[in-house]
Amino acid sequence: MAETVLETSGLTMRFGGVVASDNVNFKLKHRELRCLIGPNGAGKSTFFKCVTGLLTPSDGHVFMRGQDVTGWMPHQVASLGVGIKTQTPNVMDALSVHENIWLAARRFFDPAEARARTGDVIDRLSLGPIARTDLGQLAHGERQRVELGLVIVTDPWLVLLDEPAAGMSAEDVDRMTEIIHDITRSASVVIVEHDMQFIRSIAETVTVFHQGRVLMEDHVDRVMTDETVRRVYLGKKA
Amino acid sequence: MDISFVILVEMLYAIASLVLISAGLAVVFGMMKVINLAHGEFMMMGGYATITAVQLGVNVFIAMLIVAPLVVGVIGLIVERLVIRHLYGRLVDTMLATWGLSLVFIGLATMIFGNTTTGISTPIPGFAVGDYQINGYNFFIIVVAILLVVLMYAVLKGTRAGLIARGTMQRSDMAAALGYSPDRIYMATFFCGSALSGLAGAILAPLVGLVPTSGGAYIAKAFITVIAGGPSLIAGLVSSATSFGFVSQVFTFAISPVIGEVALLVAAVILLRLMPQGITSRFFKGKL
Amino acid sequence: MDRSAVRDVIVTLVVSAILIGVMPMLISTYTLTVLIIYGMLGLSLGLIWGFGGILCFGQAAFFGLGAYVYAISAVNVGESTLPMILAVLLTAGFAALLGAMMFYGRLTDVYLGVITLVVTLILFKFINSTAGPQYVIGKARMGGFNGIPGFQTLNVPGDPGAYIWGDAYYYVCAVALIIVYLLVTWLLRSSFGRIAIGIRENETRMALIGYDVAARKTVLFAAGAGIAGLAGALYASWAEIVTPTLFSLGQSAEIIIWCIVGGLGTRLGPIVGAAGLAYLKFLLGQQSMIDNTLIMGLVLVIFVLFLPRGLVPAIGALWQVSVGHKVRRRPARRMRRARNG
Repeated sequence: MAETVLETSGLTMRFGGVVASDNVNFKLKHRELRCLIGPNGAGKSTFFKCVTGLLTPSDGHVFMRGQDVTGWMPHQVASLGVGIKTQTPNVMDALSVHENIWLAARRFFDPAEARARTGDVIDRLSLGPIARTDLGQLAHGERQRVELGLVIVTDPWLVLLDEPAAGMSAEDVDRMTEIIHDITRSASVVIVEHDMQFIRSIAETVTVFHQGRVLMEDHVDRVMTDETVRRVYLGKKA
Repeated sequence: MDISFVILVEMLYAIASLVLISAGLAVVFGMMKVINLAHGEFMMMGGYATITAVQLGVNVFIAMLIVAPLVVGVIGLIVERLVIRHLYGRLVDTMLATWGLSLVFIGLATMIFGNTTTGISTPIPGFAVGDYQINGYNFFIIVVAILLVVLMYAVLKGTRAGLIARGTMQRSDMAAALGYSPDRIYMATFFCGSALSGLAGAILAPLVGLVPTSGGAYIAKAFITVIAGGPSLIAGLVSSATSFGFVSQVFTFAISPVIGEVALLVAAVILLRLMPQGITSRFFKGKL
Repeated sequence: MDRSAVRDVIVTLVVSAILIGVMPMLISTYTLTVLIIYGMLGLSLGLIWGFGGILCFGQAAFFGLGAYVYAISAVNVGESTLPMILAVLLTAGFAALLGAMMFYGRLTDVYLGVITLVVTLILFKFINSTAGPQYVIGKARMGGFNGIPGFQTLNVPGDPGAYIWGDAYYYVCAVALIIVYLLVTWLLRSSFGRIAIGIRENETRMALIGYDVAARKTVLFAAGAGIAGLAGALYASWAEIVTPTLFSLGQSAEIIIWCIVGGLGTRLGPIVGAAGLAYLKFLLGQQSMIDNTLIMGLVLVIFVLFLPRGLVPAIGALWQVSVGHKVRRRPARRMRRARNG
């Protein structure tokens, strides 16, 4: 049995009267790739933000490699070796691709090592031609790719991606799929995603969120054919 | 007994003057997310407008309540057209530009009125409560502040213009999508905000000797009150003016007026540290 | 990279050596000294605002604090070396406390503005009210509105009798500015500086990478305040008196105007803006046709509206166009984000 790297127990987040995340128990094993799906407002993103420290949960706990990280600041979570990509591209617009990735690498490595790793990642993600271009001038798909570069340059053991394929072209999505498979060779990955096509192509185990709770957790094929899940997605009353 | 009455009046007066000082700024900030750092100078000009009108023979109350707001409102309108409308959505740039404008107005006032103190006497006599002398004009200020808050509430809640204004405060893009020209709304808002600043300056003018740099004394207090108030216009204004007025008067009576002023400022720092988005981001949510 | 750093240092030294030599032929060294001090003050805000994205409405507070720390300790010590050091360290320490309070509270833009403005006002009001004889620190009477006169001005370290004044003081200030300028250059080229710029660009992302944003902003804020403190101490020694007007809002406003006019996001801009506008004000002070506050205000409004990038980047762009290089549009955007981000 592989080691559990990420675990939440009874994770609950309330906004006023709304329970956006309701008693979520979640376990992720070493080198596992897990997709979180669910209709709008199902609580995926709230769950994601609680795990990454962007929100402090009202109740429950988050553990990473057995350590209680509940209520930690994002930078503390990241410092454990966790790579995080938020829903909207979060990059330094006035800096070049190289500078962006270098800043991420510099957090954990000395300047020379950081520079070497930056070069590696730029090659790996084929960002070479735009390495000296400012992020502000790049297309959406390219920005997403650069942000992924920021995440993987430090060799994280846990990667959390919120909608990495949103708004990308088919070609970009293919490339993204390849990169994510690459990451799972050394790290565990959690992906929050809407795009069913993308999930089908990438996922093994899928966790379905509905109204803040975990509705089911199973292999992607069984989830896709499940009656309840289909109902939830189509919005029909049971 | 007498002393507690006096303290109560002083307390209400402190709160009322904070409301007056901040109302114009609050309207502009609440509606347009613009911080007008020339607000103090708008008040200063309201003061000069009053004094000039009185010297020309206008009744002092007409000068304060009608002439000054109109004059300053029109100046505000010109400023909005010439400068501020080019900077919407750029909070820091508008702050800088209006700071520049405040210097321009100080300079203009110095050239026109000279760098000397002018003033008019308070038009309402004082009276005695027991052994204490109370400035009757303080009551006038308290009444005006209350009327102002009631009027603002009534306009926002009861009129069509108020409805549009509230919509714009919530979602300016939606208001625009519904066919209300934001350009005209902003013009009207800035006119009203400036007129309120002019009114405040006019009403406070008899209490202070007026110099071209008088505005500086108001802007910081107004700025603090509005920001500490937070997103709700009226609830924010009243709640933060009450907190600050209370704190500063307590310390003024207990120690000295200077400590009272410092206490107000310290209270502001603590308040913003605890509630970074202002009082009404935590309390009175969703109120006007 | 390293070669460009060396070239940068050499160019800086050569250009400033020429300026130091030539300028006294045009302007009296007494006036030049204060222009240099203002340049340093401008640079201090340029560092934290232009590169750290922290808009401080109270840079005058640090300037005044540095001046008062110098004056008070100079009265007590009777020698100038320790007071100079104290002026820098205590001011930086004060800013570190204030900064930690603000940044760990996640305050941003306009709220940051309010707090720094308020702190300036508190200092101003407090020092103004210290006229009574009970306000004494060691041998120094605070003096309230009248300020503190008659303290030890700069002397040769270790020899209180050997005052440095006049032309010599001008050279000392000029060298101090060059050293500070080179230190700022080094800081910005270092990892710390590049991370600071990253934080200016996107705080959330930098936190998600694992940087402690609040701590880094606090350090940068303190560094900028330390420079302002040094400028304040040098100013005190030049003016031979410190008064509460050093803390005034007008002073803070002027520092901001210098940065805007000179150009944010550059090292040179704030210095040029400060010295240039201070000299303009000095010239305007000699006539009484037009009020000089009016001119300053107009300059600020016009720059915000028509040349928001400031003079130095604009001239840089012109220069590149005329030399035939491709214009890099980066400074413009960096600027805009620094101010509104």
